[in-house]
Amino acid sequence: MKSVRKSNEKRGHDIASGRLPAATIKDNFSDLHPPLTELQAQAESARCLFCHDAPCIEACPTDIDIPNFIRKISTGNLIGSATTILSANIMGGTCANVCPVEELCELKCVMNTAEHKPVTIGRLQRYATDHLFARDTQPFQRAADTGRRIAVIGAGPAGLSCAHGLAMHGHRVDVFEARPKAGGLNEYGIAAYKMLNQRAAREVQFILDIGGITLHTGQALGKKLRLAELRDQYDAVFLGLGHNVANRLGLEHEDTAGMHNAIDYIERIRQEDLSSLPIGRRIVVIGGGSTAIDIAVQSKKLGAESVTIVYRRGARQMSATWYEQQLAQTNGVLIKTRAMPVQVLIDDDGLTGMVFETTRLDAAGKLQGTGERFEWPVDVAFKAIGQSLDLSAVGHELDTIQLQHGRIAIDAEQRTSLSDVYAGGDCVPGPDLTVHAVQDGKLAAQAIHRSFARESSHG
Amino acid sequence: MADLRCNIAGVTSPNPFWLASAPPTDKQYNVERAFEAGWGGVVWKTLAEAGPPVVNACSRYGSVDYNGQRMIGLNNIELITDRPLEVNLREIEAVKKAWPDRAMVVSLMVPCEEDAWKNILRQVEQTGCDGVELNFGCPHGMSERGMGSAVGQVPEYIQMVAAWCKQHTRLPVFVKLTPNITDIRHAARAAAAGGADAVSLINTINSIVSIDLDNMAPQPTVAGKGTHGGYCGPAVKPIALHMVADIARDEATRHLPISGIGGISNWRDAAEFIALNCGSVQVCTAAMRFGFGIIDEMVDGLNQWMDSKGYQTLDDFRGQAVPNVTDWQYLDLNYKTIAKIDQDKCIECGLCHITCEDTSHQAISKTKTADGQRIYTVIDDECVGCNLCHLVCPVPDCISMVEVDNGLPYMNWTQHPNNPMSK
Ligand SMILES: Cc1cc2nc3c(=O)[nH]c(=O)nc-3n(C[C@H](O)[C@H](O)[C@H](O)COP(=O)(O)OP(=O)(O)OC[C@H]3O[C@@H](n4cnc5c(N)ncnc54)[C@H](O)[C@@H]3O)c2cc1C
Ligand SMILES: Cc1cc2nc3c(=O)[nH]c(=O)nc-3n(C[C@H](O)[C@H](O)[C@H](O)COP(=O)(O)O)c2cc1C
Ligand code: SF4
Ligand code: SF4
Ligand code: SF4
Repeated sequence: MKSVRKSNEKRGHDIASGRLPAATIKDNFSDLHPPLTELQAQAESARCLFCHDAPCIEACPTDIDIPNFIRKISTGNLIGSATTILSANIMGGTCANVCPVEELCELKCVMNTAEHKPVTIGRLQRYATDHLFARDTQPFQRAADTGRRIAVIGAGPAGLSCAHGLAMHGHRVDVFEARPKAGGLNEYGIAAYKMLNQRAAREVQFILDIGGITLHTGQALGKKLRLAELRDQYDAVFLGLGHNVANRLGLEHEDTAGMHNAIDYIERIRQEDLSSLPIGRRIVVIGGGSTAIDIAVQSKKLGAESVTIVYRRGARQMSATWYEQQLAQTNGVLIKTRAMPVQVLIDDDGLTGMVFETTRLDAAGKLQGTGERFEWPVDVAFKAIGQSLDLSAVGHELDTIQLQHGRIAIDAEQRTSLSDVYAGGDCVPGPDLTVHAVQDGKLAAQAIHRSFARESSHG
Repeated sequence: MADLRCNIAGVTSPNPFWLASAPPTDKQYNVERAFEAGWGGVVWKTLAEAGPPVVNACSRYGSVDYNGQRMIGLNNIELITDRPLEVNLREIEAVKKAWPDRAMVVSLMVPCEEDAWKNILRQVEQTGCDGVELNFGCPHGMSERGMGSAVGQVPEYIQMVAAWCKQHTRLPVFVKLTPNITDIRHAARAAAAGGADAVSLINTINSIVSIDLDNMAPQPTVAGKGTHGGYCGPAVKPIALHMVADIARDEATRHLPISGIGGISNWRDAAEFIALNCGSVQVCTAAMRFGFGIIDEMVDGLNQWMDSKGYQTLDDFRGQAVPNVTDWQYLDLNYKTIAKIDQDKCIECGLCHITCEDTSHQAISKTKTADGQRIYTVIDDECVGCNLCHLVCPVPDCISMVEVDNGLPYMNWTQHPNNPMSK
């Protein structure tokens, strides 16, 4: 082993709340992008060409008819526009704020070629949906009751989208949610500056408003609820469990005071009073995805002095998009690539620093340490190296279900290996994004509805 | 730099850009600001005979906005000047004295009686102005009182009044024509027959720009009611160009100088009117939309373009497009073009395909490659060369209409075998 470069700075434990005046924190956590003004919305909607077989639609996981909703904005029909959006994506309001549009719809907009600048679809989508929500308008109506009952486990985007789709068809849905509030990561996980003004809660209410959906919070599958019983009592079951554990580094002392799972801390940011939330002075974030970006940026906004994301591969390999990396950097976050943590340094009170080793790829393209190490004093470290589904955490309820890469295996209709059990969202294979979860829930609702129709036509 | 000086029916100005008779030329204050900005001339807002002035309603304007752009078309229900005649005459005289090189034409509208015209012409002459323009075009209000377009719609009246004016003034007489008739040539011929020195056109077009769906009334709305107004601005330019071309081509009027008006907003619009034989051009809406500062772009743009073409004076290209305006029956029906798509420029919007597919000749096919790229291809045999895709394509020069050499000779409809009248 080569020498370890050490810093002379004082070690660990500088954690305090109120590093910035409350007003500054409030300001820091205002809208990431301000809403479009009427004039901007007009100008921006006029840029849309109304493409035929539009590439942007193809790139939207929920197939929103983008040219159509934009055209409705340009003609002043905002309720109609929002309805077009929400009928394809019931969380179109949230998605407008949280979708990584630079990799979805806006990436494929033909205006990238024509003007090197896509139509800002996400912001227009927000313009239309904000208008509808501000007016408390309910564009949807539930069909007559069919008497069919479905149990939905998990009130995240996947579960709620499925519940809404089923309720629209007149079926009755019981949604069981382990936590005290519905919304899943919309409520507990997504960066605060994307989900202002209780957006998540308002959206849940909007979804429940069509009727036919009963929400049971504080009820977890694997505790009182048993899958076998649910399958007996209901015509179908949908699993929208999301992830339930944060991945571990596998280092000694990784649970010491001062070492946090990023998602746990983000949950506090979303739920607690920010002016009294303690935050470290020198922060290290381990990881390269959106969660790493989110915790880093929010730490900065809370007043952390230095925040460094340490990622073991190169910037191009980060799963955070170029836009997210830029967002972090413009917020004063440093991104250190090609380094990995190898040792957690502690004293009696917990974390004091970390030792990292630089990395390289060997001839076979495998990541390996170079032997060169450096040591940083750290007050707080956040682990953001992904979440996964731990089936033991749901009481082995799903032991009979087929898995694929540690997630619940499904077919094209979101159906699991149990024919009356469907699943979607982060707990199934595929990209972990709100918009995908919504689409999964929507497809599952359609499939469940079709299966009922098939059953009744077979007598 | 080209020489932009203009002389139309003896009225001269340093450039061909005049402000049309309208609010921008309503008083000394406006007109002097316009001259300071560089406008070549004005047609003073229409004067009426002495006595109590007209009264204007409120509000007066309506706009057609398109795709976020304001005032593609403007409509007004304003009348002629609402200021006393003596005040206007005094100001005209003062401005002409201070700005001798600029064209000062005075627009007039009085009842259809010889004495009324004789009187006002005598008074106007004393201002030292360069010419008069007879307003036979105002389509609202004044027409209900037997003036404006009520005169302009009856060729006999046009001829009669023009003749009176020629008889009672030494000044050049411009007759301003209304487009609210079926065939502008009858009006223009009447003006020529009456001895007019020039025609100005177009005045505004009868229009209701929109209905306020909350009040259920036309806009602009005056205490819950609306009326038709006069339409102008960029939207009317094509109508104006057509009428100007008709006069420039007509045997009886081709010698008549034309002051072109209607939607002129920039140098290019002006050049088009001049190419159709206009001697000067007049502008109203564009000035009302942006203020007088646009004159710099107009003068400079025309200069640059003339330099690039090697034209030294306006006469070098005036009327050059007239011989190429013909009747449909003389178009070469053997001439064939087809659309060609430059695949390197295509941004894959699909508009050429869907518009041809839905509304034209199903001549643009669509295929998708394995990696999702959309490819649009013209089916040469199906393409009728209609030009729709070319117009619809958002990318400049991406679709072009390419001439096909089919070896066939010129053949127009009069010669065509399908024409029952051809021998
Ligand atoms: C920090 C962070 C930031 C993110 N930012 C973005 C972003 O900006 N844009 C974006 O598109 N995506 C983002 N994502 C991803 C996105 O939030 C998820 O893809 C999405 O929420 C998945 O929805 P879901 O319904 O599958 O799961 P979740 O939202 O996780 O919801 C699952 C729900 O099921 C409940 N549940 C779990 N187990 C049980 C049980 N046994 N019984 C009952 N209920 C149970 C949970 O409490 C939860 O409410 C982010 C994720 C994280 C972690
Ligand atoms: C508000 C308004 C008032 C007008 N008043 C007169 C008028 O008094 N006399 C007249 O001959 N034309 C009048 N016109 C017509 C203009 O002179 C001009 O012919 C017409 O607007 C077309 O030109 P443009 O497209 O450049 O506006 C008026 C136009 C407007 C918009
Ligand atoms: S849901 Fe997301 S991906 Fe789809 S159109 Fe809206 S912003 Fe784009
Ligand atoms: S690709 Fe862009 S321009 Fe085309 S329809 Fe979609 S948003 Fe509009
Ligand atoms: S209209 Fe133009 S840019 Fe659009 S697909 Fe056709 S050729 Fe391509």
